[in-house]
Amino acid sequence: MNQVNPVIAVTHVHRAFGSREVLKDITLQVEQAETFGILGPSGSGKTTLVKLLTGIDEVTSGEVKVLGTLVPKLSLLQQIGYMAQSDALYTELSAKENLEFFASLYGLKGGNRVRRIADVMEIVNLQEHLRKRVDQYSGGMKRRLSLAIALLHEPPLLILDEPTVGIDPVLRQSIWKELRALNGKGTTIVLTTHVMDEAEKCDRLAMIRDGQLLAVDSPKGLLQSAGVASMEDAFLYYGGARR
Amino acid sequence: MRVRAITLRILQQFIHDKRTMALMFIAPLLVLSLMSLVFNGNAYEPKIGVSGGAIPFTSALEAQNAKVVPYKSADLGKADLQESELDALVTLNGTSPEVILEGSNPTANRAVMMAVSAAIQNFHPANAGQGQMKPQISYLYGAEDMKTIDRFGPIMIGVFIFFFVFLIAGVSFLRERTTGTLERLLSTPLKRWEIVLGYVCGFGIFTVFQALLISWFSIQVLGIMMAGSFGYVLLLTLLLSMSALTLGTLLSAYAANELQMIQFIPLIIVPQIFLSGLFPLDTLPLWLQRVGLATPIYYGSEALTNIMIRGKGWNAIDLDVYALIGFSLLFMLLNVLALRKHRKM
Repeated sequence: MNQVNPVIAVTHVHRAFGSREVLKDITLQVEQAETFGILGPSGSGKTTLVKLLTGIDEVTSGEVKVLGTLVPKLSLLQQIGYMAQSDALYTELSAKENLEFFASLYGLKGGNRVRRIADVMEIVNLQEHLRKRVDQYSGGMKRRLSLAIALLHEPPLLILDEPTVGIDPVLRQSIWKELRALNGKGTTIVLTTHVMDEAEKCDRLAMIRDGQLLAVDSPKGLLQSAGVASMEDAFLYYGGARR
Repeated sequence: MRVRAITLRILQQFIHDKRTMALMFIAPLLVLSLMSLVFNGNAYEPKIGVSGGAIPFTSALEAQNAKVVPYKSADLGKADLQESELDALVTLNGTSPEVILEGSNPTANRAVMMAVSAAIQNFHPANAGQGQMKPQISYLYGAEDMKTIDRFGPIMIGVFIFFFVFLIAGVSFLRERTTGTLERLLSTPLKRWEIVLGYVCGFGIFTVFQALLISWFSIQVLGIMMAGSFGYVLLLTLLLSMSALTLGTLLSAYAANELQMIQFIPLIIVPQIFLSGLFPLDTLPLWLQRVGLATPIYYGSEALTNIMIRGKGWNAIDLDVYALIGFSLLFMLLNVLALRKHRKM
């Protein structure tokens, strides 16, 4: 990937459902191999924004470019690992069957498929539960399996919608470690969160509320220019400053 | 107080789910109107062919509310009888009339017999009771001892297969949407038509076994009359399943939950049953007969009746087969388009 071009370029994007404007004039860029967080309360438009990035949903106006290609483009989806807010698993199937199904959709075959399934289950620490039916999984385990599926085809771009909801702090830390390792290998990660302290772990952060982009900067930068000590205060500061 | 709270909540839910409310009020009306049209139609008018020698008999038959078609020769009449254009053919054989019944529909058989015997009495009142004019009766298809189940069997096979496949396929496709797996699928490079075709193939394999089992059970275990080829029965049940499967998955796009899927039964399934040929369609208003032509079960049961009761082959069912294939393809295409709602590319 060319270092000069951002992995994601969102330019003056609006998205309206009927007369309801969900996203208003969003412009931001995501660089390669960074973890980019989208922070905002629920209903702020985070999920709509990430759906626009994948091309599942389309902009009302403006444009989204991912890896230099104008979205939506079907072939781009091969380059993206997407984890939706809902777990989206076939609960009557075993974890292995779920993984094999999605692996096939991404064209993974044979030994490569077996290896990748073992790898991703190790990352999310579920290797012992591979043959268990998903309806016997706890909420946190389902979340992790969902993440494992997004990692399967080694996409250069990961888009994760609230990836760590319902996951215990120890495991959350280990998942962050893995995400960091992926960054190290050049994978770009975009994730949404409404947990303020988790947001601080991102390289850069976009604050979004009521469909408006409040600020984009590194967590440190956001705290400094707001002159506050916590991310929560920073959010209030930028939210208030706009009003 | 708590009972009141629950009562109030249920009312609120109804008010918010307008479709369920509408269905509770309108669906029974729809089904009842259909029933009244089907059962309240005019008495069945048998269509009787009369060949050369028996022409004088015509007016006596017409007086019995039968529709009479004159033929120059018995052979011409027989040809139409084989095409099921007629319910019966009357020829004069010596002094006593010979009646050949089409035979596949017990209702029509009875109507013909009533008309013929009444006509004979009126035609030769002097001979009544002397037994000279006793008509000779034979059956082209079916037999005298054909039971109601033999008549309904082929149609009910079609109806039940359609019903269950429609519901199961529809609910399972709906679940993809409500559990979020559809969105997950659409975030992969999967094309929309691949989803639809995948569903058809996956369920298709199941419906092959279903068709085998149901056809075998009806014919071998229940002993429903079977005059034709088992292979054709399989083909037809399979095609009917396909149209049910594709229609179910298509309509699931317009249901928000399993309950709303079940609401399609009185709207989609029940009218098809009424118009399937289970009841004589000729007594229905023309517009309603035309609606029947737009339903898959109609073609399925027509072909199954032709195979199982009339023992007919490919020439009699080819149009029905093409119609069912056409329905399936149309529903699949519409489903690919309906999925655009979730992802445009």
